[in-house]
Amino acid sequence: MAHGAGGKATRRLIDGLFVPLLFDQPPEHLGDAAHVAMDGTRVALTTDCFVVTPLAFPGGSIGELAVNGTVNDLAVSGARATALVATFVLEAGLPAAVLEAEVRAMGRAAVAAGVRVVGGDTKVVEHGKLDRLYITTSGIGSVLPGVTLAPGAVRPGDKVLLSGPIGDHGITILLARGELDLEASLRSDTRSVFPLVEAIVSAAAPALRWMRDPTRGGVATALNELALDCGLGIHLFEDRIPVRDEVRGACELLGLDPLHIANEGQFLAVVAAEYANRALDALRAAPGGAEAALIGEIREEPAATVLGTTPYGGTRVIDMLVGDPLPRIC
Amino acid sequence: MTMRFVDEFRDPAVITRTCEEIRRLADPARHYRIMEVCGGHTHAIYRFGLKDLLPPNLELIHGPGCPVCVLPMGRIDDGLLLAQDPDVIFTAFGDMMRVPGTQGSPLEHKAKGVDVRIVYSPTDALKLARANPTKRVLFFAIGFETTAPSTALTLMRAKAEGIRNFSVFCNHVTIIPAIRAILDSPDMRLDAFIGPGHVSTVIGCRPYEWIARDEHRPIVIAGFEPLDLLQSVVMLLRQLKDGRAAVENQYTRVVPWEGNRAALRAMAEVFELRPYFEWRGLGFISQSALRIREEYAAWDTEKVFQVPGVRVTDPKAAQCGEVLKGVLRPVQCKLFGRECTPERPVGALMVSSEGSCAAYYNYEHRKATSPRRIEAPV
Repeated sequence: MAHGAGGKATRRLIDGLFVPLLFDQPPEHLGDAAHVAMDGTRVALTTDCFVVTPLAFPGGSIGELAVNGTVNDLAVSGARATALVATFVLEAGLPAAVLEAEVRAMGRAAVAAGVRVVGGDTKVVEHGKLDRLYITTSGIGSVLPGVTLAPGAVRPGDKVLLSGPIGDHGITILLARGELDLEASLRSDTRSVFPLVEAIVSAAAPALRWMRDPTRGGVATALNELALDCGLGIHLFEDRIPVRDEVRGACELLGLDPLHIANEGQFLAVVAAEYANRALDALRAAPGGAEAALIGEIREEPAATVLGTTPYGGTRVIDMLVGDPLPRIC
Repeated sequence: MTMRFVDEFRDPAVITRTCEEIRRLADPARHYRIMEVCGGHTHAIYRFGLKDLLPPNLELIHGPGCPVCVLPMGRIDDGLLLAQDPDVIFTAFGDMMRVPGTQGSPLEHKAKGVDVRIVYSPTDALKLARANPTKRVLFFAIGFETTAPSTALTLMRAKAEGIRNFSVFCNHVTIIPAIRAILDSPDMRLDAFIGPGHVSTVIGCRPYEWIARDEHRPIVIAGFEPLDLLQSVVMLLRQLKDGRAAVENQYTRVVPWEGNRAALRAMAEVFELRPYFEWRGLGFISQSALRIREEYAAWDTEKVFQVPGVRVTDPKAAQCGEVLKGVLRPVQCKLFGRECTPERPVGALMVSSEGSCAAYYNYEHRKATSPRRIEAPV
């Protein structure tokens, strides 16, 4: 199960198995989407699979995740999503009303995200062979002009920006499973982040080094991957990371770290210092970006490590997620 | 809406002032060795980077207060052996899930199809028993006196409701014998103790009086926020400076001096002390662990099932025992960060949320300049 959690085990599976066996040459870096040269132009291509349980939860459902997740993977690779195709694998006996609700949700999410669903496939397997419904979406998009993103472009002094509060999605799912005697007025943050990406690209394209949407494994995992890829240190100012009180409370009670919790409507960006304030202002001015924050900066040391600092001077290493505190989050 | 008590106890200005007080009180000619007994304190110290704030002549030594860490591997093997029965639902706190037995951890057994489930309290396990009358639910109970009362109350409820398909595999241990074993150990030279916060909400502060009176060591019962721990250090330094040794309660907002009478009554109703129990690292200690009384035998896993009673010695190279006693720091164990990591733990100290190796590994050990690490293959 840990291999699907998005943390260390997942990375080993990718680096150790998928990359050597599937890629004819190892890519420069593994981002959220691949940019492929086709007929003189570059297209962005990505795919994602959604196995969340429960299927519906406050703030959204698997259908919305399936659209927004793929749109966001394209967005943080610097691309505008053009079209999606979707595969549905259904468990025999799934009520038609449930399927219809998810398809409607996908339709609404696609309209909201400005992307077209142009095709798909459906398979049904015997009852008991999967849990109700899994959806895979693959997306294609056009790369925004002036954007080149690479971990290798990150430099000491660059700043780390975050689009909004973290942990909403993962904790919402955990509470929606009803296994805990905990209540909170939390909703999944699932949404297309493309409008915010577009805003930051407009403001700071030449200085934009790297972006990632922190889904499974959370902000900690995404930044650790960057730290490993660029070899530099990432210092986070822990008191500046936006976290809702309810998320913080639930995490304190359960012994979880908000930095490890999945998000479905946020992204991280690394921007050169001179453009950081401009980029932050652009995010905050964009719809849904009011809570964006500058949460950290890149330094030489400690190499390949993410360090959290408290306002009173204490430091701690923030590691990648090990294992899986919350399976089947997205 | 701010979280009550959490924000006040993380106030940077107050923390800074408290650290200045610590520097004023610490005698530069002395080397202080203070043990925090409780694993939750170890975790908090690393999580909040408190070591960075203390003067270099003040050393915090990690004690054995991690109830998962001190459990010998054989007890986990015993529990998992019973779990192999397809009619059994094995339940435990999340903290237990990655603790290695000789045949793998509960999570590894779950991946192979054994019915292993995380519960957040023993009442969740009892709920499972009610909901699954054809199954036998086993609750693997761990913890010091902190968690023993809720296990006791759950057993009382199971008895009152006549729920027969529920049993508890009792691995509760008590804190005072562990502290006594530390003080009796010739390897240790300790000046003072930071006393466990949550255990003390149950047992109160009186059980620690012998530490001050007979062993002449100050002990301050502390909370878990940064300011709690730093204030406790101030209180200890004041005692040491004055040559006093007393039990003091810093965690007054939660810990009553007399403890929790209702909790203690529930424990006395359901549990009695085992004549002896084996602790990882500390060996056999008499009167140090709880077992279920005869009146509750029908809910005692060790009476209801045939428990093999496997005794397993730790791998020779592992130095879990010395780290538990505070003789070695986690990084001094030969296996630390090499053969033993949170993903492939040799001992429980590397996976438990209260284990000192886990705390050190997760929060500390890469702070110094480190070359890019090469991840081992799957």
